[in-house]
Amino acid sequence: MRWLWVIPAAPLAGAVLNGVILRRRIGHRAVSAVATGSVLVSLLAGLGVIGSYLAGGGAGRGVVWTQTLWDWLPAGGLWTTHLGKRLVDFKLAFQLDGLSAVMVFIVTFVGFWIHVYSVGYMHGETGYQRYFTYLNLFMGAMLLLVLGNNFLVLFVGWEGVGLCSYLLIGFYYDQPFPPQAGRKAFIVNRIGDFAFLVGLFALVSRFGSLDFSTVFSAIAADPAAVHQPYALGLSFAGFVALCLFLGAVGKSAQIPLYVWLPDAMAGPTPVSALIHAATMVTAGVYMVARSHVLYDQAPEILAVVAVIGTATALLAATIGLAQTDIKKVLAYSTVSQLGYMFLAAGCGAYGAAIFHLGTHAFFKALLFLGSGSVIHAMGGEQDMRKMGGLRARLPVTYWTFLIATLAISGIPPLAGFFSKDQILSSAFPAHKVLWGVGLATAGLTALYMFRAVYLTFHGTFRGTEEQAAHVHESPAVMTVPLVVLAIGAVAAGWVGLPKLGGWDWNLIERWLGPGYRHVAKGAAHAAEHAGVGLEAGLMGLSVAVALAGVAIAWRVYGGTRGVEGGAAWAHRFPRLHRMLENKYWVDEAYDATVVRGTWGLARLCRGFDGRVIDGLGVHGARNLTLLASYVSGFFDKYVVDGLVNLIGVVLQALSRLFRRLQGGLVSQYALVMVVGVFMLAFFCVLLLTQ
Amino acid sequence: MVITTTHFLILSLTLFVIGLAGVVLRRNLITVLMSIELMMNAVNLNFIAFSWQFSDLAGQIFAIFTITVAAGEAAVGLGLLVALYRLRGSVNLDAATELEG
Amino acid sequence: MNFLLAHGPAILFYLLAVVAVVGGLGVVTLRNPMYGAVALLTTFLAVAALFILRHAEFLAAVQIFVYGGGILVLFLFVIMLMNLQRLPQEERYVEGAPFALAVVVLLGVMLGVLLAAARFLGAGSNPAALTSVEGQVAGNTEAVAVSLYRNYLLPFEIASIFLLVAMIGAVVLARRD
Repeated sequence: MRWLWVIPAAPLAGAVLNGVILRRRIGHRAVSAVATGSVLVSLLAGLGVIGSYLAGGGAGRGVVWTQTLWDWLPAGGLWTTHLGKRLVDFKLAFQLDGLSAVMVFIVTFVGFWIHVYSVGYMHGETGYQRYFTYLNLFMGAMLLLVLGNNFLVLFVGWEGVGLCSYLLIGFYYDQPFPPQAGRKAFIVNRIGDFAFLVGLFALVSRFGSLDFSTVFSAIAADPAAVHQPYALGLSFAGFVALCLFLGAVGKSAQIPLYVWLPDAMAGPTPVSALIHAATMVTAGVYMVARSHVLYDQAPEILAVVAVIGTATALLAATIGLAQTDIKKVLAYSTVSQLGYMFLAAGCGAYGAAIFHLGTHAFFKALLFLGSGSVIHAMGGEQDMRKMGGLRARLPVTYWTFLIATLAISGIPPLAGFFSKDQILSSAFPAHKVLWGVGLATAGLTALYMFRAVYLTFHGTFRGTEEQAAHVHESPAVMTVPLVVLAIGAVAAGWVGLPKLGGWDWNLIERWLGPGYRHVAKGAAHAAEHAGVGLEAGLMGLSVAVALAGVAIAWRVYGGTRGVEGGAAWAHRFPRLHRMLENKYWVDEAYDATVVRGTWGLARLCRGFDGRVIDGLGVHGARNLTLLASYVSGFFDKYVVDGLVNLIGVVLQALSRLFRRLQGGLVSQYALVMVVGVFMLAFFCVLLLTQ
Repeated sequence: MVITTTHFLILSLTLFVIGLAGVVLRRNLITVLMSIELMMNAVNLNFIAFSWQFSDLAGQIFAIFTITVAAGEAAVGLGLLVALYRLRGSVNLDAATELEG
Repeated sequence: MNFLLAHGPAILFYLLAVVAVVGGLGVVTLRNPMYGAVALLTTFLAVAALFILRHAEFLAAVQIFVYGGGILVLFLFVIMLMNLQRLPQEERYVEGAPFALAVVVLLGVMLGVLLAAARFLGAGSNPAALTSVEGQVAGNTEAVAVSLYRNYLLPFEIASIFLLVAMIGAVVLARRD
């Protein structure tokens, strides 16, 4: 337990080392060694800690290991919130329990193999060091997120992964589109984060603390208290749950904040694999699962979660059907699968959501890495219409990609089947309509994934001569991770085997502990009674739907039909196809309303600032000052100078007057002298005669 | 009728005023100088009258000195006149306005 | 004869006074400086005679010698040698002459009024003093000489220096350079 802090610290240290200390002074080999090595350290530390936790029997019994590093915000006793609660200190602390253990394993394991893959994929790129710095930074932030023992640390990690997502999406910053996509991701995320923060504020005001243990035990102790009406017509629990979920909607790309994920494909492919498939986008699901105590007290919000999740799953699957860029297909697939996870959470089956998160991490990462391999082989081409027949040239890539596709389609005994099945069987008793939609979506999933497989790997090669010459299998550093992840895609489901006939091999549920399988009242009873038959029936139904999807895909795109097959169907439903191809014009709608609205508001503010503040304030001050100076100048010129000049004028007049005394005429002088003398004499005489 | 000192004084005054008028009124420098001599003569007359009146020779002595001074002054004055005439070519006082200001 | 004896001094006085005044007026009025100089001469002579009336015989002689024979001659020399023109008709008097005349007349009147207030006690107290030296009757010249060389020696010497300076000054001023 002492080594808990190493898990997030190691990648952060790697980021600091690569990004700050060793800038530009080491070669690519050293950079990749530092980066991959730090993640390996994190993985090993994680395995070690988890191992000792399991050995100690902590799993399944709700034992929590906590390691506090230091006081972060010693706000304890600073003041009392408006609901009468005193604040406590906010600490930087980590906790290990079943849920965080699962998350740590997924993040470090998949993260490590993606780092290895990146060494090969990013070989020779400028910005190599920058890439690995950001990737390590991301790992550190993600691990902070899943290991934090309070909402504050979780939020730090939440924002950190958002930042790294922005940095990595806009990695190719010299091109025009990637920075735009990065900005879009960050801004859309921010909208969700705003709601998230409001939820955190509400929690602090009610409980005075953001510690999981404090908050959840307080809720569990007095559930009725959080049912009091609070805001927006919701109870306290409902309000907070909604706010937090809105944050998850942004982070995990659900309706209506999913639009950033497809554009995020502008980043390097391993980034898409790690961040936008396996880890960052799953943070929302993790957060909901972590807060299940709260969500259980807000059933109306859980319903909202489930509905949004299902709707998103269906919407994204339909869009994926009409995309031609292989990465876009996978992006919409991610959005769709995340919808499944929220469907599970919304039905109270948090464990199932986490289970699907885990299996999805393996096969989606594998799919992305595989597509990266294809793109690499095709010299950067991402359009499936220009691919085809690659299975002979890229065998390892093909077979691992196929395994992943089978997994995602829910074909037993691969991973996806078990997790998806668990979701559907949780949904069935809770919301039958949503179950139905989920089932249909499963079929669509199989359909669009196998479409991608057939278009890319089967049929005849549709690319250029140049591309044909260049196509080659990726080096070992890239194919080995593919294989490892493929093993995971196969085996990961086996930890969650359903309870059939009394066997309880559902290890994952056992690990997560009680509380993660909350089932709606009454439904549990029904489920118990329905028993094996229902379970088997549902399973069979989902497999059948999946196989149907595969078959349809074969019919349309399989063999040598390829693109023409798709084109034929597009001709039959031109309007529908156009709508799917243009993603229901959601981006355009957002642009017309929100984006332009914000621009308008910004222009308004700028106008206000320019005309009113600058005009009145700055220019007004300028004009006032000018006026004052004119007045002062006028005063100085005419009054002050006038007075001075007046003195001069008076003097001149006087002097003109006196000048007449000196006319230059000698006789005049004589006369004046005479007069003067006589006056003197006169006065003398006057004096004398007194 | 007895001629008293008063008669002499009146005469002296008359001559003095006439001389003064000449100094102040005439444009010709020569005439001005001559008027000054006239004034001095009037003053001498005054001295002599009082000298007789008070039986004091001092008046006469003073008159001698006055004549002396008048002679010297006439000499210098004429010298000035000559210089002015040479400079200007005329002895018109009204034209010599260099002292204006 | 008695008439002459009784009124002689008075008639003489008035006669001489008129001559002097006319001469003076002549100086001030005449356009030609030459005529003016002659008028001045008559005034000098009249004044000299008036000096004799008051027992200042020596001074009368000095008056004629110095004024008439020296100063006037000097004036005439200068007038003739410089060939000083007489000024044209309208330039006889100075600008603003009426005003100056009025002032002068006013001054004269003022002095006259002052004079009229003076009262002198009869005739001179001791005419003999003007002609005697240490009690002995000697004549005006001797009296003046004794007084001059005894009591007023310093002014006498200064007067001579003064004359020297004036002479030099006149020479310098009139120098042609």
